[in-house]
Amino acid sequence: MGDVWIPLALSLKVALWATAINLVLGVAVAFGLSRWRSPARELVDSILTLPLVLPPTVLGYYLLVLLGRKGAFGGWLDRHGIELVFTWQGAVIASTLVAFPLVQKAARAAFEAVDPQLESAARVLGLREVAVFFRVSLPLAARGITAGALLAFARALGEFGATLMIAGNLPGRTQTLSVAIYAAVQAGHDDTAAIMVVVTSVTCVVALLLAGWLSPDHTRRSRP
Amino acid sequence: MRLRPLVALCLVLGPGLASAADLVVSAASSLTDAFQSVGKAYEAKHPGTHVVLNFAASDVLLRQIASGAPADVFASADQPAMDKAVEAKAIDVSTRQDFATNRLVLIVPRDASVRVSSPADLKAPAVKRVAYGDPASVPVGRYTKAALERQGLWDTISAKGVLAQNVRQSLDYVARGEVDAGFVFATDAAIAKDKVTVAATVPTPKPISYPIAVVAASKQVAEAKSFEAFVQSAEGRGILARFGFEAP
Repeated sequence: MGDVWIPLALSLKVALWATAINLVLGVAVAFGLSRWRSPARELVDSILTLPLVLPPTVLGYYLLVLLGRKGAFGGWLDRHGIELVFTWQGAVIASTLVAFPLVQKAARAAFEAVDPQLESAARVLGLREVAVFFRVSLPLAARGITAGALLAFARALGEFGATLMIAGNLPGRTQTLSVAIYAAVQAGHDDTAAIMVVVTSVTCVVALLLAGWLSPDHTRRSRP
Repeated sequence: MRLRPLVALCLVLGPGLASAADLVVSAASSLTDAFQSVGKAYEAKHPGTHVVLNFAASDVLLRQIASGAPADVFASADQPAMDKAVEAKAIDVSTRQDFATNRLVLIVPRDASVRVSSPADLKAPAVKRVAYGDPASVPVGRYTKAALERQGLWDTISAKGVLAQNVRQSLDYVARGEVDAGFVFATDAAIAKDKVTVAATVPTPKPISYPIAVVAASKQVAEAKSFEAFVQSAEGRGILARFGFEAP
Protein backbone atom coordinates (compact mmCIF):
# COMPACT_ATOMS: atom_id res chain seq x y z
CA MET A 1 0.00 0.00 0.00
CA GLY A 2 3.05 2.26 0.37
CA ASP A 3 2.85 2.49 -3.41
CA VAL A 4 -0.29 4.56 -2.96
CA TRP A 5 0.05 6.34 0.39
CA ILE A 6 3.47 7.89 -0.16
CA PRO A 7 2.44 9.62 -3.41
CA LEU A 8 -0.92 10.57 -1.83
CA ALA A 9 0.78 12.17 1.19
CA LEU A 10 3.16 14.03 -1.12
CA SER A 11 0.30 15.20 -3.35
CA LEU A 12 -1.62 16.47 -0.32
CA LYS A 13 1.47 18.27 0.98
CA VAL A 14 2.11 19.91 -2.40
CA ALA A 15 -1.55 20.83 -2.94
CA LEU A 16 -1.92 22.27 0.58
CA TRP A 17 1.20 24.41 0.18
CA ALA A 18 0.09 25.59 -3.26
CA THR A 19 -3.35 26.49 -1.88
CA ALA A 20 -1.88 28.31 1.12
CA ILE A 21 0.47 30.36 -1.08
CA ASN A 22 -2.35 31.14 -3.48
CA LEU A 23 -4.61 32.23 -0.63
CA VAL A 24 -2.13 34.98 0.26
CA LEU A 25 -0.96 35.80 -3.26
CA GLY A 26 -4.27 35.36 -5.09
CA VAL A 27 -6.26 37.31 -2.52
CA ALA A 28 -3.76 40.17 -2.48
CA VAL A 29 -3.69 40.44 -6.28
CA ALA A 30 -7.47 40.06 -6.52
CA PHE A 31 -8.07 42.79 -3.94
CA GLY A 32 -5.64 45.08 -5.77
CA LEU A 33 -7.32 44.42 -9.12
CA SER A 34 -10.82 44.93 -7.75
CA ARG A 35 -9.88 48.35 -6.41
CA TRP A 36 -7.57 49.44 -9.23
CA ARG A 37 -9.09 51.89 -11.70
CA SER A 38 -7.01 51.67 -14.87
CA PRO A 39 -7.52 50.64 -18.48
CA ALA A 40 -4.62 48.20 -18.03
CA ARG A 41 -6.59 46.28 -15.42
CA GLU A 42 -8.20 43.77 -17.78
CA LEU A 43 -4.90 43.24 -19.59
CA VAL A 44 -3.17 42.37 -16.31
CA ASP A 45 -6.10 40.13 -15.41
CA SER A 46 -5.81 38.30 -18.75
CA ILE A 47 -2.08 37.73 -18.32
CA LEU A 48 -2.66 36.40 -14.81
CA THR A 49 -5.33 34.04 -16.18
CA LEU A 50 -2.93 32.54 -18.76
CA PRO A 51 -1.95 29.53 -16.60
CA LEU A 52 -5.57 28.39 -16.83
CA VAL A 53 -5.47 28.09 -20.61
CA LEU A 54 -1.80 27.49 -21.49
CA PRO A 55 -0.76 23.84 -21.82
CA PRO A 56 0.97 22.77 -18.59
CA THR A 57 3.97 21.74 -20.69
CA VAL A 58 4.39 25.37 -21.73
CA LEU A 59 4.36 26.44 -18.09
CA GLY A 60 6.76 23.59 -17.25
CA TYR A 61 9.10 24.77 -19.99
CA TYR A 62 9.01 28.37 -18.72
CA LEU A 63 9.76 27.17 -15.19
CA LEU A 64 12.58 24.90 -16.34
CA VAL A 65 14.19 27.66 -18.40
CA LEU A 66 13.76 30.15 -15.57
CA LEU A 67 14.57 28.02 -12.53
CA GLY A 68 16.88 25.32 -13.96
CA ARG A 69 20.55 25.28 -12.96
CA LYS A 70 21.41 26.99 -16.24
CA GLY A 71 18.29 29.14 -16.12
CA ALA A 72 18.05 32.91 -15.86
CA PHE A 73 17.06 32.83 -12.19
CA GLY A 74 18.16 29.28 -11.38
CA GLY A 75 21.87 30.10 -11.54
CA TRP A 76 21.41 32.70 -8.83
CA LEU A 77 19.32 30.28 -6.74
CA ASP A 78 21.97 27.57 -7.19
CA ARG A 79 24.69 29.86 -5.84
CA HIS A 80 22.53 30.45 -2.77
CA GLY A 81 22.04 26.74 -2.27
CA ILE A 82 18.37 26.74 -3.27
CA GLU A 83 17.33 23.87 -5.50
CA LEU A 84 13.90 23.80 -7.09
CA VAL A 85 14.24 21.44 -10.05
CA PHE A 86 13.60 17.82 -8.98
CA THR A 87 12.45 18.85 -5.49
CA TRP A 88 8.98 18.88 -3.94
CA GLN A 89 9.29 22.64 -3.61
CA GLY A 90 9.52 22.73 -7.41
CA ALA A 91 6.26 20.77 -7.55
CA VAL A 92 4.70 23.36 -5.21
CA ILE A 93 5.74 26.15 -7.57
CA ALA A 94 4.25 24.34 -10.58
CA SER A 95 0.97 23.66 -8.75
CA THR A 96 0.81 27.19 -7.38
CA LEU A 97 1.23 28.70 -10.83
CA VAL A 98 -1.38 26.44 -12.43
CA ALA A 99 -3.97 26.97 -9.68
CA PHE A 100 -3.36 30.70 -9.16
CA PRO A 101 -6.08 31.99 -11.54
CA LEU A 102 -8.73 29.91 -9.78
CA VAL A 103 -8.17 31.72 -6.48
CA GLN A 104 -7.56 35.11 -8.09
CA LYS A 105 -10.73 34.97 -10.24
CA ALA A 106 -12.96 33.81 -7.39
CA ALA A 107 -11.50 36.32 -4.94
CA ARG A 108 -11.81 39.24 -7.35
CA ALA A 109 -15.48 38.43 -8.00
CA ALA A 110 -16.04 38.15 -4.25
CA PHE A 111 -14.37 41.49 -3.52
CA GLU A 112 -16.32 43.21 -6.28
CA ALA A 113 -19.55 41.88 -4.78
CA VAL A 114 -18.83 43.56 -1.44
CA ASP A 115 -21.08 46.59 -0.99
CA PRO A 116 -18.75 49.66 -1.07
CA GLN A 117 -21.11 51.43 1.33
CA LEU A 118 -20.18 48.97 4.07
CA GLU A 119 -16.50 49.79 3.56
CA SER A 120 -17.29 53.54 3.53
CA ALA A 121 -19.28 53.16 6.73
CA ALA A 122 -16.33 51.46 8.40
CA ARG A 123 -14.07 54.32 7.34
CA VAL A 124 -16.52 56.90 8.66
CA LEU A 125 -16.52 55.00 11.96
CA GLY A 126 -12.77 55.60 12.10
CA LEU A 127 -11.27 52.32 10.89
CA ARG A 128 -7.98 52.55 9.02
CA GLU A 129 -7.69 51.01 5.49
CA VAL A 130 -5.91 47.89 6.79
CA ALA A 131 -8.62 47.37 9.37
CA VAL A 132 -11.35 47.94 6.77
CA PHE A 133 -9.81 45.16 4.71
CA PHE A 134 -9.45 42.64 7.52
CA ARG A 135 -12.68 43.43 9.38
CA VAL A 136 -15.08 44.24 6.54
CA SER A 137 -13.96 43.35 2.99
CA LEU A 138 -12.21 40.07 3.71
CA PRO A 139 -14.92 38.55 5.95
CA LEU A 140 -17.60 39.48 3.39
CA ALA A 141 -15.57 37.91 0.56
CA ALA A 142 -14.46 34.88 2.57
CA ARG A 143 -17.02 32.45 1.15
CA GLY A 144 -16.10 33.17 -2.47
CA ILE A 145 -12.39 33.01 -1.65
CA THR A 146 -12.78 29.67 0.12
CA ALA A 147 -14.67 28.24 -2.85
CA GLY A 148 -11.85 29.41 -5.15
CA ALA A 149 -9.27 27.94 -2.81
CA LEU A 150 -10.98 24.53 -2.84
CA LEU A 151 -11.06 24.55 -6.64
CA ALA A 152 -7.38 25.49 -6.60
CA PHE A 153 -6.68 22.65 -4.16
CA ALA A 154 -8.38 20.14 -6.48
CA ARG A 155 -6.49 21.51 -9.47
CA ALA A 156 -3.16 21.46 -7.60
CA LEU A 157 -3.80 17.89 -6.49
CA GLY A 158 -4.20 16.81 -10.11
CA GLU A 159 -1.31 18.84 -11.56
CA PHE A 160 0.76 16.70 -13.90
CA GLY A 161 2.40 18.30 -16.92
CA ALA A 162 4.29 21.21 -15.39
CA THR A 163 5.08 19.14 -12.28
CA LEU A 164 6.63 16.33 -14.29
CA MET A 165 8.81 18.80 -16.18
CA ILE A 166 10.09 20.77 -13.21
CA ALA A 167 9.97 18.25 -10.36
CA GLY A 168 10.55 15.07 -12.38
CA ASN A 169 9.69 11.58 -11.27
CA LEU A 170 11.61 10.79 -8.09
CA PRO A 171 9.78 8.08 -6.14
CA GLY A 172 9.15 9.18 -2.55
CA ARG A 173 10.44 12.69 -3.21
CA THR A 174 8.61 14.26 -6.12
CA GLN A 175 6.44 11.43 -7.38
CA THR A 176 2.96 12.86 -6.76
CA LEU A 177 -0.22 10.83 -7.33
CA SER A 178 -0.68 11.93 -10.93
CA VAL A 179 2.97 11.23 -11.80
CA ALA A 180 2.80 7.88 -9.98
CA ILE A 181 -0.34 6.96 -11.98
CA TYR A 182 1.44 7.81 -15.22
CA ALA A 183 4.49 5.72 -14.26
CA ALA A 184 2.31 2.81 -13.09
CA VAL A 185 0.28 2.72 -16.31
CA GLN A 186 3.44 2.88 -18.42
CA ALA A 187 4.89 -0.02 -16.50
CA GLY A 188 1.68 -2.02 -16.83
CA HIS A 189 0.87 -1.95 -13.10
CA ASP A 190 -2.81 -1.35 -13.72
CA ASP A 191 -3.91 -2.51 -10.26
CA THR A 192 -1.80 0.12 -8.49
CA ALA A 193 -2.88 2.74 -11.03
CA ALA A 194 -6.56 1.90 -10.51
CA ILE A 195 -6.35 2.38 -6.73
CA MET A 196 -4.59 5.73 -7.17
CA VAL A 197 -7.11 6.84 -9.81
CA VAL A 198 -9.99 6.13 -7.42
CA VAL A 199 -8.25 7.91 -4.52
CA THR A 200 -7.58 10.99 -6.68
CA SER A 201 -11.11 11.05 -8.07
CA VAL A 202 -12.74 10.78 -4.63
CA THR A 203 -10.50 13.50 -3.14
CA CYS A 204 -11.26 15.86 -6.04
CA VAL A 205 -15.02 15.19 -5.88
CA VAL A 206 -15.03 16.00 -2.16
CA ALA A 207 -13.13 19.25 -2.82
CA LEU A 208 -15.53 20.20 -5.62
CA LEU A 209 -18.60 19.39 -3.50
CA LEU A 210 -17.27 21.61 -0.72
CA ALA A 211 -16.45 24.35 -3.24
CA GLY A 212 -19.97 24.18 -4.70
CA TRP A 213 -21.54 24.22 -1.25
CA LEU A 214 -19.53 27.30 -0.28
CA SER A 215 -19.98 29.21 -3.53
CA PRO A 216 -22.02 32.45 -3.27
CA ASP A 217 -24.61 31.28 -5.86
CA HIS A 218 -25.45 28.25 -3.82
CA THR A 219 -25.96 30.29 -0.66
CA ARG A 220 -28.25 32.68 -2.45
CA ARG A 221 -30.35 29.93 -4.00
CA SER A 222 -30.77 27.92 -0.83
CA ARG A 223 -31.81 30.94 1.23
CA PRO A 224 -35.57 31.18 1.78
CA MET B 1 -24.70 27.14 -47.99
CA ARG B 2 -25.37 25.88 -44.52
CA LEU B 3 -22.95 23.00 -45.11
CA ARG B 4 -20.03 25.29 -45.73
CA PRO B 5 -18.71 25.37 -42.14
CA LEU B 6 -19.00 21.59 -42.01
CA VAL B 7 -17.00 21.18 -45.23
CA ALA B 8 -14.38 23.57 -43.89
CA LEU B 9 -14.19 21.55 -40.68
CA CYS B 10 -13.69 18.33 -42.64
CA LEU B 11 -10.93 19.94 -44.66
CA VAL B 12 -9.18 20.96 -41.45
CA LEU B 13 -9.62 17.63 -39.68
CA GLY B 14 -9.29 15.31 -42.67
CA PRO B 15 -5.55 15.37 -43.40
CA GLY B 16 -4.75 14.26 -39.85
CA LEU B 17 -6.41 10.89 -40.28
CA ALA B 18 -4.25 7.92 -41.21
CA SER B 19 -4.89 6.64 -44.72
CA ALA B 20 -4.58 3.09 -46.00
CA ALA B 21 -1.08 3.64 -47.37
CA ASP B 22 0.27 4.72 -43.96
CA LEU B 23 2.69 2.27 -42.38
CA VAL B 24 2.82 2.90 -38.65
CA VAL B 25 6.18 2.03 -37.11
CA SER B 26 6.39 2.09 -33.31
CA ALA B 27 10.06 2.36 -32.40
CA ALA B 28 12.06 2.81 -29.19
CA SER B 29 13.06 6.41 -28.35
CA SER B 30 16.75 5.65 -28.90
CA LEU B 31 15.93 4.89 -32.55
CA THR B 32 14.42 8.36 -33.13
CA ASP B 33 17.05 9.83 -35.46
CA ALA B 34 18.07 6.58 -37.14
CA PHE B 35 14.51 5.51 -37.93
CA GLN B 36 13.59 8.94 -39.28
CA SER B 37 16.33 8.40 -41.87
CA VAL B 38 15.34 4.77 -42.43
CA GLY B 39 11.72 5.87 -42.93
CA LYS B 40 12.69 8.50 -45.52
CA ALA B 41 14.91 6.03 -47.40
CA TYR B 42 12.11 3.46 -47.39
CA GLU B 43 9.57 6.00 -48.70
CA ALA B 44 11.99 6.94 -51.49
CA LYS B 45 12.11 3.29 -52.57
CA HIS B 46 8.38 2.67 -52.13
CA PRO B 47 6.52 5.67 -53.53
CA GLY B 48 2.95 5.81 -52.26
CA THR B 49 3.84 4.47 -48.84
CA HIS B 50 3.93 6.94 -46.03
CA VAL B 51 5.92 5.81 -42.98
CA VAL B 52 4.38 7.17 -39.77
CA LEU B 53 6.82 6.95 -36.88
CA ASN B 54 5.76 6.69 -33.26
CA PHE B 55 8.57 7.02 -30.70
CA ALA B 56 8.35 6.29 -26.97
CA ALA B 57 9.86 4.02 -24.34
CA SER B 58 9.58 0.41 -25.57
CA ASP B 59 7.16 -0.63 -22.83
CA VAL B 60 4.89 2.32 -23.60
CA LEU B 61 4.78 1.25 -27.25
CA LEU B 62 4.10 -2.32 -26.18
CA ARG B 63 1.21 -1.17 -23.99
CA GLN B 64 -0.23 0.84 -26.87
CA ILE B 65 0.02 -2.09 -29.27
CA ALA B 66 -1.38 -4.59 -26.76
CA SER B 67 -4.32 -2.22 -26.23
CA GLY B 68 -5.07 -2.20 -29.95
CA ALA B 69 -3.16 0.83 -31.25
CA PRO B 70 -3.00 0.57 -35.07
CA ALA B 71 0.75 -0.08 -35.39
CA ASP B 72 2.26 -2.31 -38.08
CA VAL B 73 5.88 -2.71 -36.96
CA PHE B 74 7.34 -2.78 -33.43
CA ALA B 75 11.04 -2.15 -32.79
CA SER B 76 12.09 -2.31 -29.14
CA ALA B 77 15.33 -1.49 -27.34
CA ASP B 78 15.53 -4.69 -25.33
CA GLN B 79 14.38 -8.30 -25.35
CA PRO B 80 12.11 -8.12 -22.23
CA ALA B 81 9.83 -5.58 -23.95
CA MET B 82 9.55 -7.85 -27.00
CA ASP B 83 9.06 -10.90 -24.74
CA LYS B 84 6.13 -9.11 -23.14
CA ALA B 85 4.73 -8.42 -26.62
CA VAL B 86 5.00 -12.15 -27.40
CA GLU B 87 3.29 -12.96 -24.12
CA ALA B 88 0.46 -10.54 -24.94
CA LYS B 89 0.21 -12.14 -28.43
CA ALA B 90 0.70 -8.64 -29.83
CA ILE B 91 3.29 -9.58 -32.46
CA ASP B 92 3.78 -12.25 -35.11
CA VAL B 93 6.55 -14.34 -33.47
CA SER B 94 7.80 -15.74 -36.78
CA THR B 95 8.84 -12.22 -37.86
CA ARG B 96 10.89 -11.48 -34.71
CA GLN B 97 14.54 -10.71 -35.51
CA ASP B 98 17.39 -8.79 -33.89
CA PHE B 99 18.53 -5.92 -36.09
CA ALA B 100 21.00 -3.80 -34.10
CA THR B 101 23.14 -3.63 -30.98
CA ASN B 102 24.18 -0.73 -28.82
CA ARG B 103 26.28 0.15 -25.75
CA LEU B 104 25.38 1.65 -22.40
CA VAL B 105 27.36 4.77 -21.47
CA LEU B 106 27.65 7.00 -18.44
CA ILE B 107 27.45 10.66 -19.43
CA VAL B 108 28.05 13.93 -17.61
CA PRO B 109 27.29 17.53 -18.61
CA ARG B 110 30.01 19.08 -20.76
CA ASP B 111 30.76 21.73 -18.11
CA ALA B 112 30.45 19.33 -15.16
CA SER B 113 31.94 20.49 -11.88
CA VAL B 114 32.12 16.97 -10.42
CA ARG B 115 34.73 14.54 -11.75
CA VAL B 116 33.13 11.27 -12.82
CA SER B 117 34.98 8.62 -14.80
CA SER B 118 33.26 5.41 -13.72
CA PRO B 119 29.92 4.34 -12.18
CA ALA B 120 31.70 3.91 -8.81
CA ASP B 121 32.44 7.67 -8.78
CA LEU B 122 28.70 8.29 -8.56
CA LYS B 123 28.86 7.22 -4.91
CA ALA B 124 30.62 10.51 -4.08
CA PRO B 125 28.47 12.91 -2.01
CA ALA B 126 29.12 15.66 -4.58
CA VAL B 127 27.02 13.66 -7.05
CA LYS B 128 23.47 14.49 -6.02
CA ARG B 129 21.32 13.31 -8.92
CA VAL B 130 21.68 10.64 -11.57
CA ALA B 131 19.19 10.26 -14.43
CA TYR B 132 18.22 6.95 -16.01
CA GLY B 133 15.09 5.47 -17.52
CA ASP B 134 12.46 4.06 -15.17
CA PRO B 135 13.45 0.35 -15.03
CA ALA B 136 9.75 -0.56 -14.83
CA SER B 137 9.06 0.71 -18.34
CA VAL B 138 12.24 1.90 -20.07
CA PRO B 139 14.81 -0.56 -21.47
CA VAL B 140 17.84 1.69 -20.84
CA GLY B 141 16.75 1.79 -17.20
CA ARG B 142 16.67 -2.01 -17.05
CA TYR B 143 20.16 -2.24 -18.59
CA THR B 144 21.39 0.39 -16.10
CA LYS B 145 19.87 -1.41 -13.12
CA ALA B 146 21.33 -4.76 -14.19
CA ALA B 147 24.79 -3.25 -14.78
CA LEU B 148 24.85 -1.40 -11.45
CA GLU B 149 23.48 -4.38 -9.53
CA ARG B 150 26.32 -6.51 -10.83
CA GLN B 151 28.81 -3.90 -9.61
CA GLY B 152 27.03 -3.67 -6.24
CA LEU B 153 26.27 0.02 -6.80
CA TRP B 154 22.53 -0.06 -7.39
CA ASP B 155 21.35 0.69 -3.84
CA THR B 156 23.60 3.72 -3.45
CA ILE B 157 22.98 5.18 -6.88
CA SER B 158 19.25 4.52 -7.09
CA ALA B 159 18.85 6.69 -3.97
CA LYS B 160 20.00 9.59 -6.18
CA GLY B 161 17.96 8.45 -9.15
CA VAL B 162 15.80 10.67 -11.31
CA LEU B 163 13.54 8.40 -13.32
CA ALA B 164 13.12 9.41 -16.95
CA GLN B 165 10.18 8.42 -19.15
CA ASN B 166 12.49 7.48 -21.99
CA VAL B 167 16.18 7.56 -22.84
CA ARG B 168 15.99 10.95 -24.54
CA GLN B 169 14.63 12.54 -21.38
CA SER B 170 17.71 11.30 -19.44
CA LEU B 171 19.87 12.77 -22.18
CA ASP B 172 18.02 16.08 -21.95
CA TYR B 173 18.38 16.22 -18.15
CA VAL B 174 22.15 15.78 -18.46
CA ALA B 175 22.44 18.19 -21.40
CA ARG B 176 20.63 20.87 -19.37
CA GLY B 177 22.90 20.22 -16.39
CA GLU B 178 19.91 19.49 -14.14
CA VAL B 179 21.53 16.20 -13.05
CA ASP B 180 25.19 15.40 -12.40
CA ALA B 181 25.26 12.28 -14.55
CA GLY B 182 23.04 9.95 -16.53
CA PHE B 183 22.91 6.59 -18.26
CA VAL B 184 22.00 6.51 -21.94
CA PHE B 185 22.93 4.53 -25.03
CA ALA B 186 26.13 5.41 -26.90
CA THR B 187 24.00 6.43 -29.90
CA ASP B 188 22.06 8.95 -27.79
CA ALA B 189 25.23 10.48 -26.35
CA ALA B 190 26.54 10.87 -29.91
CA ILE B 191 23.72 13.18 -30.99
CA ALA B 192 24.35 15.60 -28.09
CA LYS B 193 28.16 15.65 -28.31
CA ASP B 194 28.23 19.42 -27.87
CA LYS B 195 26.43 19.24 -24.51
CA VAL B 196 27.43 15.96 -22.87
CA THR B 197 30.67 14.04 -22.36
CA VAL B 198 30.89 10.25 -22.23
CA ALA B 199 32.59 9.43 -18.93
CA ALA B 200 32.60 5.65 -19.34
CA THR B 201 31.21 2.77 -21.33
CA VAL B 202 29.35 0.53 -18.89
CA PRO B 203 29.42 -3.24 -19.45
CA THR B 204 25.98 -4.84 -19.19
CA PRO B 205 25.36 -8.44 -18.02
CA LYS B 206 23.32 -9.08 -21.17
CA PRO B 207 24.23 -7.60 -24.56
CA ILE B 208 22.09 -4.65 -25.69
CA SER B 209 20.19 -5.89 -28.71
CA TYR B 210 17.20 -4.47 -30.56
CA PRO B 211 14.47 -6.82 -31.80
CA ILE B 212 11.92 -5.92 -34.49
CA ALA B 213 8.67 -7.69 -35.40
CA VAL B 214 5.45 -7.29 -37.37
CA VAL B 215 2.43 -6.49 -35.21
CA ALA B 216 -0.07 -9.37 -35.11
CA ALA B 217 -3.06 -7.08 -35.74
CA SER B 218 -1.41 -5.27 -38.68
CA LYS B 219 -3.72 -4.85 -41.66
CA GLN B 220 -0.80 -4.55 -44.08
CA VAL B 221 1.44 -7.47 -43.21
CA ALA B 222 3.20 -7.53 -46.60
CA GLU B 223 4.18 -3.86 -46.36
CA ALA B 224 5.27 -4.31 -42.72
CA LYS B 225 7.44 -7.31 -43.67
CA SER B 226 8.93 -5.31 -46.51
CA PHE B 227 9.85 -2.51 -44.06
CA GLU B 228 11.42 -5.04 -41.70
CA ALA B 229 13.42 -6.51 -44.59
CA PHE B 230 14.57 -3.00 -45.53
CA VAL B 231 15.84 -2.38 -41.98
CA GLN B 232 17.83 -5.63 -42.27
CA SER B 233 19.12 -4.85 -45.78
CA ALA B 234 22.59 -3.48 -46.47
CA GLU B 235 21.08 -0.02 -46.98
CA GLY B 236 19.10 -0.14 -43.72
CA ARG B 237 22.10 -1.45 -41.76
CA GLY B 238 24.19 1.29 -43.36
CA ILE B 239 21.86 4.01 -42.09
CA LEU B 240 21.80 2.47 -38.59
CA ALA B 241 25.60 2.27 -38.61
CA ARG B 242 25.79 5.95 -39.50
CA PHE B 243 23.98 6.69 -36.23
CA GLY B 244 26.30 4.42 -34.25
CA PHE B 245 24.28 1.21 -34.09
CA GLU B 246 26.18 -2.00 -34.66
CA ALA B 247 25.00 -5.08 -36.55
CA PRO B 248 23.75 -7.98 -34.39
